[in-house]
Amino acid sequence: MSIDAPQAASKRVQVVSGITVRLVGDSGDGMQLLGTQLTNTSALAGNDVATFPDFPAEIRAPRGTRAGVSGFQVQFASHEVHTPGDTLDTLVAMNPAALVTNLADLRAGGLIIVDEDSFEAKDLKLAALEKNPLDEETLTDKYRLAKVPITKLTRTAVHDLGLSPKEADRCRNFFAMGLVYWLYGRSMDTTMRFIASKFSKLPAVREANERALKAGWAFGETTELLDASYQVEPAKLAPGKYRNIMGNQALAWGLMAAAKLSDKDLFYGTYPITPASDILHELCRFKNFGVRTFQAEDEIAAVCSAIGAAYGGGMGVTCSSGPGIALKAEAMGLAVMLELPLIVIDVQRGGPSTGLPTKTEQADLLQVLYGRNGEAPIPVLAARSPGDCFDTAIEAWRIATRFMLPVVILSDGYIANGSEPWLIPDMNNIEKISIKHPGPRTEADPPFKPYSRDQLLSRPWAIPGTPGLMHRVGGLEKANGSGNVSYDAENHEMMVKLRAEKVANVASILPPQQVMGPKSGQLLVVSWGGTYGACHTAVQQAQSAGMSVAHCHLRHLNPFPANLGEILHSYEKVLVPELNLGQLRMLLRDKYLVNAMGLNKVKGKPFAVSELVSKIKEVCTASGNGRHA
Amino acid sequence: MSTSLPVLTANDFASDQEIRWCPGCGDYSILQQMKKMLPSLGLPLEQIVFVSGIGCSSRFPYYMNTYGMHSIHGRAPAFATGLKITRPELKVFVITGDGDSLSIGGNHFMHLLRRNVNLTLVLFNNRIYGLTKGQYSPTSPEGQVTKSTPLGALDHPLNPIKLALGAEATFIARSIDVHVKHLTETLHRAALHQGTAVVEVYQNCNVFNDGAFNYAQDKTTRADTTIELEHGKPLIFGKNRDKGIRLNGLTPEVVDLSTGKYSHDDLLFHDETADPALVNILARMRHPQFPEPIGVFRSVEQPMYDVQVNQQVESAIANRGAGDLNKLFNSGDTWQVG
Ligand code: SF4
Repeated sequence: MSIDAPQAASKRVQVVSGITVRLVGDSGDGMQLLGTQLTNTSALAGNDVATFPDFPAEIRAPRGTRAGVSGFQVQFASHEVHTPGDTLDTLVAMNPAALVTNLADLRAGGLIIVDEDSFEAKDLKLAALEKNPLDEETLTDKYRLAKVPITKLTRTAVHDLGLSPKEADRCRNFFAMGLVYWLYGRSMDTTMRFIASKFSKLPAVREANERALKAGWAFGETTELLDASYQVEPAKLAPGKYRNIMGNQALAWGLMAAAKLSDKDLFYGTYPITPASDILHELCRFKNFGVRTFQAEDEIAAVCSAIGAAYGGGMGVTCSSGPGIALKAEAMGLAVMLELPLIVIDVQRGGPSTGLPTKTEQADLLQVLYGRNGEAPIPVLAARSPGDCFDTAIEAWRIATRFMLPVVILSDGYIANGSEPWLIPDMNNIEKISIKHPGPRTEADPPFKPYSRDQLLSRPWAIPGTPGLMHRVGGLEKANGSGNVSYDAENHEMMVKLRAEKVANVASILPPQQVMGPKSGQLLVVSWGGTYGACHTAVQQAQSAGMSVAHCHLRHLNPFPANLGEILHSYEKVLVPELNLGQLRMLLRDKYLVNAMGLNKVKGKPFAVSELVSKIKEVCTASGNGRHA
Repeated sequence: MSTSLPVLTANDFASDQEIRWCPGCGDYSILQQMKKMLPSLGLPLEQIVFVSGIGCSSRFPYYMNTYGMHSIHGRAPAFATGLKITRPELKVFVITGDGDSLSIGGNHFMHLLRRNVNLTLVLFNNRIYGLTKGQYSPTSPEGQVTKSTPLGALDHPLNPIKLALGAEATFIARSIDVHVKHLTETLHRAALHQGTAVVEVYQNCNVFNDGAFNYAQDKTTRADTTIELEHGKPLIFGKNRDKGIRLNGLTPEVVDLSTGKYSHDDLLFHDETADPALVNILARMRHPQFPEPIGVFRSVEQPMYDVQVNQQVESAIANRGAGDLNKLFNSGDTWQVG
């Protein structure tokens, strides 16, 4: 086996516009690393990319079992992509459990690459299989199968480096990667650099991984199992400088940017929870940006500490997923009552209760809107894609400080761990967030009124340390203006209405809602959050097929943009696809008396574009009037 | 630069809000001693923040002409921690009760102490739920008959001092609402402590648990039922200062100093810096077998969480330079389109 650097390809090269690959193996096989490397390499090659990592819930489920299968899907293309792809062109499976649990998503004629060394009797037993799936005739009838002795070839490539068999086998994923790189004409440079820096302290391991990677490439070049490689040309993205970014990373960076734009230090109080913890991991690295992260003793302490920071004049942010947001509810109500700026991030996952921690869902919308005692309205924004998390974080802080109230950002597991190319912004070109704290007063000045209002009903943000502004805030109802405790009935009703009106006023500073497609017509698809990519792509496809359909994607779920009602009533029918049982649909029906219908899915998975297209088709071709509820 | 601060008096610390505790409640005295003590810190009003949870005691911030937050039940330590990390220069007091701190807020209480955030926590212990009208609390003694325990409380009570020792609080003290001089002095020492200072104050709830601490409050008996801890001094008590505490192995015992059998040298000498295990012996001394210790149980210096968080930020800036977001965004693998 040659381990030399690859020579120019001598096989047939086929140009394709896009490829969807899923890499699956045991959760210890390094599939996430492999996927991330393929993504970065493809992005650097100029493709548009979208990814979908899919982890098992257990950190180390028994090796080789179906429960332990971990996967990473990536679509890279020479055109714009907004989803990681519906069906797979290529499936790389490191063991039988990985193969059988993912095969259904492979398109007919698609390519399977397996490590044939891991299809022994014991492997089949772990995957609860009676027969070796590689021997099934249907497999080769329907798909192209490349049985590669990945384990053996990897061991051969690294045999003289003095590694233990276990260490040698850990390089298998790099062999597979090399093969995939050959298959798609990808450069190995980025991954070589990655290996060099990751294993800089372990020269033998570094050498082994480099050899495995090159051996995988060389195998592709010489094997008769694969007769062609594929070329995906660069995509025509908007001009500028790009990098790849993941959703949680973009949220972290967006928070840091918001802090900088408002001249504040970021305080991030949180408690570890899947799939939100990576925001903490990202932020705690940036102490030299003035970031203070606080890993609290629980979710409640996390949100309370952020409110404490806000009272002190800091940028208070807390973050969790659905179960943690439930615990934070009382404190979020207090933030409503105190009228202090606060950001609460909910990276949603499958619920209720512990639910499906590593799977995606959109079922916390009603929780963040209504899950508090009393009338406690809070503005809610949802990010639509990994890169959009950055802008959403900045906008949330703009609103929180302009109106002195808590703001919720909804993300989800799909966006959080997914990635896409990100047009790098210039901080100098982003509008500043201006915050004015009232200055000192003397006894000669009129008494300070902490709950006095501006024209949008916001109150002054007076901070401790300012002479003459001493005041008390608290969860008891307060008199408007003075902020003193008040049990007066009229005042209470006035304050409840005032807090609601303040939230409603947020709509006055929002840009009008945009629609992709005709301004009126047969069907409007309304979506929010992480389903953006699938809905956008599906509507585009339906439009190309001549259907009269438009797409309206909402970032603002409370308050809704001022022109939303008008938009909804400009189409014969309204379809609201959601990864829940119809939460936004209910809100739209309630607020706008529109006969919206739903397309709902709660399988812990994002929408496939094809599901949406067929629903759109069905609705557009259905004769007669819209259905009645 | 030295600017002379106006000299403040207790009255300067009173807010314009009407005090709404029941007449005769021990809270009045604690409020008064706090106001009397504060001027001695030499801080202007705006540098002080009172943070409280929920309960009778937690109305405290409303009555102080400082900054203040009346937060939610049990969580005051968490609000105060966030505030101190953001504004370490502020003088923060946490006002809490036995239900607030030891029941619903037990978790936060413990974590505040182990982190040693630089603030002063005053725990008003009245051994009852007052604001909700008379249910037993986590410090109510076994057998106590209350509105929610008609046949007597079954659960074993918590001892706040022992809990604080368990969490290795760096300053732990106890005082009594009506023992005004002792209370003022104890609050003063607590306020000057660097790190989390916990002061348990025996507080009479004359409406729902009247007389719970009679033995310790009553001027005629308290010399025999309490013992004032003084650093470096032997444990002596009694109206005639003729009784002492000696250790028999690890067991404390009361000895009579008047018979000549025992002298001061036989007694336990109080050491505020002693190992928590030793201090725990004092914490376990309860009425009526023993006089209950009041004063400072423990006072040691340890790194403070809020200070350290800020030091990490400062040294990161010193070592790596102030962060530049444009640089960060453009770092690593990037590519140009068009
Ligand atoms: S109920 Fe008890 S503790 Fe509460 S204010 Fe009245 S006397 Fe004081």
